[in-house]
Amino acid sequence: MNDVWSWERAAEALPPILEGFRITLLATVIGTVVAAVLGLLVALVRRSRSRWVTAPVGLVVEFVRSTPLLVQLVFVYLMLPGVPALVVGCAVLGVHYATYMSEVYRAGIDAVPRGQWEAAKALDLPRTRVWRAVVLPQAVRKTLPGLGNYAISMFKETPFLFAISVVEMFTAAQQFGARNFVYTEALTMVGLLFLLASYPTSLLVRRLENRLA
Amino acid sequence: MSDNLSTLLDALPRLGEGVVVTLQLTLGGAALALVLALLLGLGSRTRSLWVRGPSRVVVEFFRGTSLVVQLFWLFYVLPVFGFRMESLACGILALGLNYGAYGAEVVRGSINAVPTGQWEAATALDLGPVHRLRRVILPQAWALMIPMFTNLLIQLLKGSALATYILLHDVNYFIEQLRRSTQDTFFSYSVGLLVYFALAYALTLVMNALEVRAKNRLGTGPSLREVLRLAPVPATARGGAA
Amino acid sequence: MPETTAHPDAAPPDAVPDARPAATSEPGTVPAIEFQGVVKRFGDNTVLDGLDFTVAKGDRVTLIGPSGSGKTTILRLLMTLEEADGGIILVDGDPYTHEMRGGKRVAVPEKRRRTVRRRVGMVFQQFNLFPNMSVLENIVEAPMHVLGLSRKQATVRAEELLDQVGLADKRDARCTQLSGGQQQRVAIARALAMDPEILLLDEVTSALDPEIVADVLGVLREVAETTDITMLIVTHEMQFARDVSNRVLMFDHGRIVEEADPETMFTAPTHERTQEFLRAVLG
Repeated sequence: MNDVWSWERAAEALPPILEGFRITLLATVIGTVVAAVLGLLVALVRRSRSRWVTAPVGLVVEFVRSTPLLVQLVFVYLMLPGVPALVVGCAVLGVHYATYMSEVYRAGIDAVPRGQWEAAKALDLPRTRVWRAVVLPQAVRKTLPGLGNYAISMFKETPFLFAISVVEMFTAAQQFGARNFVYTEALTMVGLLFLLASYPTSLLVRRLENRLA
Repeated sequence: MSDNLSTLLDALPRLGEGVVVTLQLTLGGAALALVLALLLGLGSRTRSLWVRGPSRVVVEFFRGTSLVVQLFWLFYVLPVFGFRMESLACGILALGLNYGAYGAEVVRGSINAVPTGQWEAATALDLGPVHRLRRVILPQAWALMIPMFTNLLIQLLKGSALATYILLHDVNYFIEQLRRSTQDTFFSYSVGLLVYFALAYALTLVMNALEVRAKNRLGTGPSLREVLRLAPVPATARGGAA
Repeated sequence: MPETTAHPDAAPPDAVPDARPAATSEPGTVPAIEFQGVVKRFGDNTVLDGLDFTVAKGDRVTLIGPSGSGKTTILRLLMTLEEADGGIILVDGDPYTHEMRGGKRVAVPEKRRRTVRRRVGMVFQQFNLFPNMSVLENIVEAPMHVLGLSRKQATVRAEELLDQVGLADKRDARCTQLSGGQQQRVAIARALAMDPEILLLDEVTSALDPEIVADVLGVLREVAETTDITMLIVTHEMQFARDVSNRVLMFDHGRIVEEADPETMFTAPTHERTQEFLRAVLG
């Protein structure tokens, strides 16, 4: 058994992994906030009547959405040598996931019944009020589960940050493995940590979804 | 710029090789994922807890642990247990397991979405459960699965970029090679991203064609020939991957 | 017609002997359908509470009554789309989903259920044709794979039935291209292709435009006249019920409130509940 697994090594690996976990969480939270805000902006912009606006925005969104996050991370990191890696990481994660979030918002906004728009119009409410007080509050309810699920996805994609030397949880494990020539304990524990963090959270999001349905 | 372009032209054969590797990973991973998705998705629906339990555990396990961790675990840790796998097999296995688990949920949901009347009509005709699944339920569920499978397929393509870190010469690897030869980060990465975009678009078109065909078979849509313009499938609204 | 497994005059070994003679069968013949103390609950709601009744071979029984009275549940139990919580159902004297063994009520294994289920066919309100198959394929599917007929035999039978329901020219059409009435006629052909002894009709015209209803009922009338299939019909079409049935059962809250032949039932019902119901439905 000692050949394959060492509890001592596992215990040694845990502190750096937990240090990395803090960075993982930080990146996830900041990335999600960026994605949520930027995604909403993109969704609103895409509702414009002008094709001069929607076409290029649509193209950029499709481009970012369909190309690998990994490549985007390294690209931006190399192009901005002065910027700290973590900042680049959060920014790229945020932009990448904003493209997913804009679809979630779009669906949420479309799901607000026509009658709401018409009632607001009948009351002659100014457009900003219509959005802030009537439409968005209802749309956001529908988007919360989607936001939750994408946050969990992002959490599981933070390991891509290894490519730009951000020492989040996975990189910490990888570095430990490289230093000690054995990856088994470190990688296994990281995997389990991801599972332990993401599974209960996804159950909570599912519960939220059922409540809001 | 013209220097860059001529370097790129010289490098085209290597780009071709990179694309081949990426496609091997993507299509190989997708094939494995489809098989696993069907097995696990159907397994999650059986009445027997002996099958349903493990299926659900496997699905949640591979969804919950990260793709990156899975890939490097297979690459670094599996050899310790005596299994030596070459990189390509590693990549395909990791991608297949991870996206197969996500696919299982798609399969399960789509089968549940087939109208109850279809199940009842099959019972009324005394069709056996396997026969009913094969001839009535799955053909109808398939049309529902395709849009969500398309999203997973594109994610799988994006995930394949990791392979460069397990020593495979895919498109991502080519990007670095190009960067070294042109000394132009912006150019090389733009080219690389465009190649990935083109691959994603092509795959989406193929999946859309499959969807048109599937709907046509159910009589709920026009035939492929009748469709003049194919637009890429919009993303699902519900955070499809988690 | 497929052979029944029990000799008509011998009592089946496991069944409780039939104590109540059916309305039109001769004493000693096995009823086509027998419900013995059948109980069915949906959550807190007890829809059938110890129901007993029999249907003789060749009977055409119409079940009428308000919604929720249990009529559709009876059909669904006979098609094993629901399972009874208590009591025994016998088809041709054979226990269907449960039987009494040594005084205990036990479930019948799926294999035996299938042999009994094969004798029962059903036409649904929503037609439920298989959209991924053509009209012909819908009809030959079960005969080929369940009854074991060759493609040729099944196709010949299917074409005969399509002719009978007036849709011979639609054999290769996709089901979604057909109108509701046409789909329902295909559904009838599909059910008949299995050569059932018992045909269950669950509000088969309720989802159709009024003008189309007559076509479908015409097909069913013809089936009633040219075969001796036992039929259990749930319908609002009272004229059809009068034309085709020899017995009408009025249901309310899971019990048979009144039973009579169509003439008596529709012109001079005796029970107050029946009178109320018919007044509301027929005006």
